[in-house]
Amino acid sequence: MEIELLRTACMCQTVICCRVTPLQKAQVVELVKKYKQAVTLAIGDGANDVSMIKAAHIGVGISGQEGMQAVLSSDYSFAQFRYLQRLLLVHGRWSYLRMCKFLRYFFYKNFTFTFVHFWYGFFCGFSAQTVFDEWFITLFNLVYTALPVLSLSLFDQDVNDWWSFQYPQLYTPGQLNQYFSKRAFVYTVLHSGYSSLVLFFIPWAAMYDTVRDDGKEIVDYQSFALLAQTCLLIAVSIQLGLDTHYWTAMNQFFLWGSLSVYFAVIFTMYSNGMFLTLTSSFPFIGTARNSLNQPNVWLTMLLTSVLCVLPVVAYRFLRILLWPTINDKVRYKVRQDKVLPPTPRRVQARRTSTRRSGYAFSHAQGYGDLVTSGKFLRRTPKSRPALFSQTDSPLAQTQPQFYRTISEREEPPLSP
Amino acid sequence: MGKAKANAGPLARRPDNSAFKQQRLPAWSPMLTAQTVLPFFYGMAIVCVLLGAWLLVTVQNTHELKVDYTHAGSCDKCFEKRKDRANANQSCNCTVVFNIENMFKGDVFFYYGLINFHQNLRQYMDSRDDGQMIGRNKNLRNPSSYCEPFIKDKNGLPIAPCGAVANSMFNDSFTLVYHSAAGSRVVPLFRKGITWYTDKNVKFRNPQVENKTLTLAQVFEGTGQPLYWQKPVYDLDPWDRNNNGFINEDLIVWMREAAFPNFKKLYGVLNRAIEPFTDGLPAGNYSVLISYNFPVEYFQGRKEVVLSTVSWFGGQNNFLPVAYLVTGCLILLLAVILTAVWWKFGKNGRNMEE
Repeated sequence: MEIELLRTACMCQTVICCRVTPLQKAQVVELVKKYKQAVTLAIGDGANDVSMIKAAHIGVGISGQEGMQAVLSSDYSFAQFRYLQRLLLVHGRWSYLRMCKFLRYFFYKNFTFTFVHFWYGFFCGFSAQTVFDEWFITLFNLVYTALPVLSLSLFDQDVNDWWSFQYPQLYTPGQLNQYFSKRAFVYTVLHSGYSSLVLFFIPWAAMYDTVRDDGKEIVDYQSFALLAQTCLLIAVSIQLGLDTHYWTAMNQFFLWGSLSVYFAVIFTMYSNGMFLTLTSSFPFIGTARNSLNQPNVWLTMLLTSVLCVLPVVAYRFLRILLWPTINDKVRYKVRQDKVLPPTPRRVQARRTSTRRSGYAFSHAQGYGDLVTSGKFLRRTPKSRPALFSQTDSPLAQTQPQFYRTISEREEPPLSP
Repeated sequence: MGKAKANAGPLARRPDNSAFKQQRLPAWSPMLTAQTVLPFFYGMAIVCVLLGAWLLVTVQNTHELKVDYTHAGSCDKCFEKRKDRANANQSCNCTVVFNIENMFKGDVFFYYGLINFHQNLRQYMDSRDDGQMIGRNKNLRNPSSYCEPFIKDKNGLPIAPCGAVANSMFNDSFTLVYHSAAGSRVVPLFRKGITWYTDKNVKFRNPQVENKTLTLAQVFEGTGQPLYWQKPVYDLDPWDRNNNGFINEDLIVWMREAAFPNFKKLYGVLNRAIEPFTDGLPAGNYSVLISYNFPVEYFQGRKEVVLSTVSWFGGQNNFLPVAYLVTGCLILLLAVILTAVWWKFGKNGRNMEE
């Protein structure tokens, strides 16, 4: 019986259950959860909604008229039902985007870092010798790449909130789990594999059998470690730059700051003072000074960066050209609008709706005969309690209230 | 979520309407468009090709000559001799002849090379005591435990310098001889100035003593020489008294471990103050007299002697120039493909309808 109900209900656009007890509300949610592979959200404002809120994957509580019961048992809470739109289309979407970008990038940088050691194993007799300086390994995730990733996952937006309301279809990638799936993970691993090959073998081949410009050593372990770690850091930083779509001042500061901190730290750690103070901890003395003044080293870094980054740029560009996602299309539109400012909108008279007909459900007699009798139009309307609070409240000014205009002429209905 | 505000009421707990908290920070939103990507690719292709061509010309102007002497010439009997450890105390000299066709103009550097010697093994690299090498007296008599088992010699004395790296120091020596019509003469090589400045002056120092009249042998009193060495550390260079102890340049060069199993290390620099080597190494017949001590048979290694000139770009390594040229061509190809795809499919946002 339940399955029948579920199947029938899922064939409808909207289902209204009335006169349900709290337990039944929860049961409806659980029915959907159990048989459909869907994420459920329940929103409610009263104490009778608590079980439904707790049963759903995401529970949203409205604080206000009916007390704080719903709020206390919910995952998210706000003050009005209409804020649900902003929660889903703006904040939920951004949160999904940021989380997925963060995960992909984090796996990428750490896999690249690790695979380089794997390739070096073939050259060091598999003795587990690290390619990089031990201090670099310690500070890589802690200092050199921590803040830029943090700023990516805090501030990144693909389109701003106004455009998110204009194009609700932007929400679908989240529903279809497109940004981080097993497939995306495999692509990340393959990308890391390629990057690590470039980041190890190009420095290896460039440094093989060569010397400094005054004939002295440059292919010693310490110089090579410095070269490999600098190449790695530059490559992953550029990759982060490619992933960032929203460059605030903080993103810039963190990214360039982290790179500067890296150079400052290595010059400090490889200085005479540190070596004389803590000899066995800082054995790389003099390496930065002796190898970073070689054009050979910088040209190797340039080549590795180019080889790591340009294929990614080309691939993304091709994807945007040939198979643009809804995201790409909206961003393109945003760009076009910035280039040509939009035609000024006709100031709309504030009407509650542009629908030509309306429906209302009621289980009491209601005012139907009053409306159809026409008496309504000849007299000043009786003041009725408003169903929704006044839309001209100050709060409304901060919310985009209008949808994309449904023009008066006949238009085919938008796809769901 | 919201801060308590001075004014009570329905908006009391509203969050700040600042750009930071409302996520409206001013930002740059770049996008990969044809106007930025295509010129960038063409630009990078040109840069890479030009760079590759320039580097190729630079590297072609360097000369390098490698002579493998593991069992070349008369060295094969030394090779056989060194197979037996009992012969370690006996010296063995051999000669290898080679010919230089074109003159090596400019500064010429003489290297010894080893093939298949893994100086980058983790335990090998850990087996040293930098504190001892910087001249700390405490570490001189009490080397760090990382040096095990190369820490005490058979008399129980602490080894200076301790560890596997120092113990396996390369001990062949070379004399390069130039045979011209006028006769044979030894090619003069500077055997100092082959290390990094920071290594020679900071990382390696002899132990400090208050009594400056002590000889180096007395300073190292109470320590033993590494097990595989023939001479103690204070007597490594009998000709130059200042090149002994931990600051011996050959030792310093050896202690800077190589990153890969096939490497070369600087042995000497041509002394261009003396005729006929003022312009470099003239073309002609040369021979190397080798005091063959280092056994390589145990690890299937090989030994070689390398003569090389350098440029601002370093030694003779053609990889980077060729790689830049190849990368430049690949980028150009990619740019052309992207331009074609853009022209056909994406121009004027053809694909960008909703």
